[in-house]
Amino acid sequence: MSLWLTLAVNSVALGGLLFLLSAGFSLIFGLMRIPNLMHGSFFMLGAYLGVTFLDRGVNFWLAALGAGLLTGLVGGLIERFLLRRLEGQVLPQVLLTLGFAFIIGDVCLMVWTGDPWQPATPAQLQGAVQVAGLFFPLYRLVILAVAVVVAIALWVMVDWTRLGAMIRAGVDDPPIARVVGIKVSQLFTLVFALGAALAAFAGVMGAPYLSVYPGLDFEMLPLALIVVILGGTGSLLGALVGSFLIGFLYNFGQAMVPDLAYVILFLPMLLVLVLRPQGLFGKVGA
Amino acid sequence: MPRPSRRAFVAGTAAGAAAAAFGMPAIAQNAPFKIGLLTVKTGPLAQGGIQMEQGIVTLLKQRNNTFAGRKVELISADTGGNPAGAKTKASELIERDRVDVVLGPLAAFEMLAINDYIRQQGTPVMSLAGAEDITQRLANPWVMRGSASSAQCCHALGDYAAKELKYKRAATISEDFAFGYEQMSGFQRVFEEEGGKVVKKLWPPMITPDYTPYIAQFGNVDCVVNGFAGSNPVKFMRSYADLGMKRIPLLAGWTAMDDALLKSLGDEAVGVVSAAWYSASLDNPVNKQFVADMAKDYNVIPGGYSAGMYVAGQVVEAALAKTGGKADDKKALNEALRGVSLTETPRGPVKFDAYGNVVGDVQIRRCERKGGQLVNTIIKTYSDVSQFWTYGDKAFLANPVYARDYPPAKNLE
Repeated sequence: MSLWLTLAVNSVALGGLLFLLSAGFSLIFGLMRIPNLMHGSFFMLGAYLGVTFLDRGVNFWLAALGAGLLTGLVGGLIERFLLRRLEGQVLPQVLLTLGFAFIIGDVCLMVWTGDPWQPATPAQLQGAVQVAGLFFPLYRLVILAVAVVVAIALWVMVDWTRLGAMIRAGVDDPPIARVVGIKVSQLFTLVFALGAALAAFAGVMGAPYLSVYPGLDFEMLPLALIVVILGGTGSLLGALVGSFLIGFLYNFGQAMVPDLAYVILFLPMLLVLVLRPQGLFGKVGA
Repeated sequence: MPRPSRRAFVAGTAAGAAAAAFGMPAIAQNAPFKIGLLTVKTGPLAQGGIQMEQGIVTLLKQRNNTFAGRKVELISADTGGNPAGAKTKASELIERDRVDVVLGPLAAFEMLAINDYIRQQGTPVMSLAGAEDITQRLANPWVMRGSASSAQCCHALGDYAAKELKYKRAATISEDFAFGYEQMSGFQRVFEEEGGKVVKKLWPPMITPDYTPYIAQFGNVDCVVNGFAGSNPVKFMRSYADLGMKRIPLLAGWTAMDDALLKSLGDEAVGVVSAAWYSASLDNPVNKQFVADMAKDYNVIPGGYSAGMYVAGQVVEAALAKTGGKADDKKALNEALRGVSLTETPRGPVKFDAYGNVVGDVQIRRCERKGGQLVNTIIKTYSDVSQFWTYGDKAFLANPVYARDYPPAKNLE
C-alpha cells in the first residue's frame, strides 16, 4: 500500500518537472516547427549555471531565475542569428540544433569538469512530509507546486494576453498572421528564448534531486520528446497531460515491470503516432 | 588531423631513408618509451577518464618523465566512452603512434571491444576496466589489470556484512549491465555462503533520472548494497536519504563511494560502508606523496581512477627496470610486466596472478564527517585478496562467469 502511495506522489512530482521541461519545447515546436534537439542542453546548461550561483551563496529562487534568464539569452541569440536563416528547412535545423547540443555539452564539461554536482536542497524546503507513516520529501511537492504556478502563468499568457493571441495565431497559420501585421519573426525569437529559459529553470529545480553531470542533456531530451509527441505539439494542455502521463508510466512501469520499463514508456508514444499523429491535444497536423 | 604538406613529406622520407642507411637501432634506443593512455575525456564517462589522466601524469611528473633511465612520452587518446571509439583509438595508438604499452581503457565494454585486437597486435595493456572474464575464462596474455576485477572487492564486502556486521537479509541494487551483475553476484555468493540471504535484487537501467520507484521496493531488509558507478551513486544516495531510508544501512562497491566522489556527496553518504582496493586515507609514504601532489596540481582527492593509473605506471616502471629500459621485444616486456611485484604503491603491496589480475589489499571503509569534510575511514583491511577470493582458481573458473542470474538467487521474496 505504502509503495503505491509513494509511487503515486512521486509520479506527480516527476510530471511537474517534465512539464517545466517540455512546455517550452512544445511551444517552440508548435510555433516554429523547429525540432529543437538542444532543449536537453538548455536544461543542463541552466542546471550548471544554477549550481554555480548556489555555490556563491545566491538564494535558490534567484539562482533559478538567473539561470533561466541567461540561458534564455543564449537561446534567443542562437535563434536570432542562426536558426532564423534556416527557416522552413528541417534537416539543416536538426543539424544545427544537434551540433549546438554537442557544443554546449563539451563546453559544460570544460567549465564544470566531469564531476557530478548536487546542490543541497534549499534549507527551508528540506525534510520530509509524513503522511500515514509514510515519508515523502517535501522538495518534490515544491516542484509540483512550482509547475502548477508556471502552468497557470503560461495558460494566462497564451489564452488571455495579446502576446498569447499572437502566438496562437502564429501556431495556427503563420502566413496569415504575418498578413495581419504580427511580427512573427520577433515572436519566434521571444518564444525560443522563453522555451530555453523554462528548460533552464527546470534544470535548476531538478538539480537537488537529479544532480547535474555530463550526459544529463541527452537523458532529458528523449523525455521532452515523448511528452510532446504524446500530448501534441503547440498545446500547453497537451504538454501538461503528457507530462503527468509519462510521470506515472515511468514510476509504475519501473516498479512493476522493470525489465520492460522503457517499452512501457515508449509504447503509448508509438500508439499515439499510429492512431493520432498530431498527439492527444495537438494542433499541428503531422 | 592536419594533412602533412608535400614538402614535409618529402623531407621526412629523405630523413627516413638517411636514417635507414646509417642504421636505425642507435636512434631507437634513444627514442622515448611511449605510453598510450586510452581514456575518456568527453561524454558521460569523462569524469573518471580525466582522473585517469591526472593519475598517470602525476607519476610521470614525480619521476621527471623518466622510467629506469629512459625518457617517457605519454600519448593520451579520447575514446569518447564508446566501444567503436575505443577500437579506433587503440589502433591509432598502437599502429600510428607505435606505443610500447597501453594504459586503460576505463569501461568494461571498451575493453571487450579491443580484446581481440590486442591479442592480434600483441601490445601489453594495463586495463582499469573490471570485466571479470578478461582475466579469467577469456584471459588474454597481453592484458593485465592493476585495479580489481568487478567482484574482487564485493567478495570482501559480503564477508564483512555477514561476519562482522551480522546482517541476515540484504537487498542489492546496481546498474543493469555486466559490471553491476558481477559486483552484486560476488557479494551474494560470499554473503549467502556465510549465512545471509539476498532477498531482493534490483537492476535500474544505466540512465535512470529518478531512483524513487526502486528505493520504494526494498521492504524489510538489514542492509542495502549498491554497486552504482559514475554519477549515479550521487543521485541514488540523495534519493535514498530523501525518502527517509537512512535507517537501513547502505553498503557500497568501490565506484559508488570512490574518494574522488566524496566532494559531490553530502550528509546522505555519512555511515555508508564500502569495500575498495584504494583509499586516499591509506597510511603509506607513497600514497601520502600521491595525495599531496594531486591536491597541489588538481585540487582534488584522488580516487580509484587516478590511483589505478598511477599504480599501472609504477608496474610499467618496474618492468622497464627489469629489462634495462629496453622495450623492443614486446614479449620480453610483457613477461617482465607480469612478473612485477611491488611493495610500495598508493594502494599497498601489489602482485599479479597467472591470469594477469592483481592480488592486493581490499579496504573496508566507513564514511564519516571529519572537520567538515567527508572521509572514508578504513575499519578493516583484507590482505592479499585474489580475484578468486578463497575459492582457488580451478574451482572458481569451473563455474560460469557472474551474471544477472548466476549464481541463482534462491532467497528472493
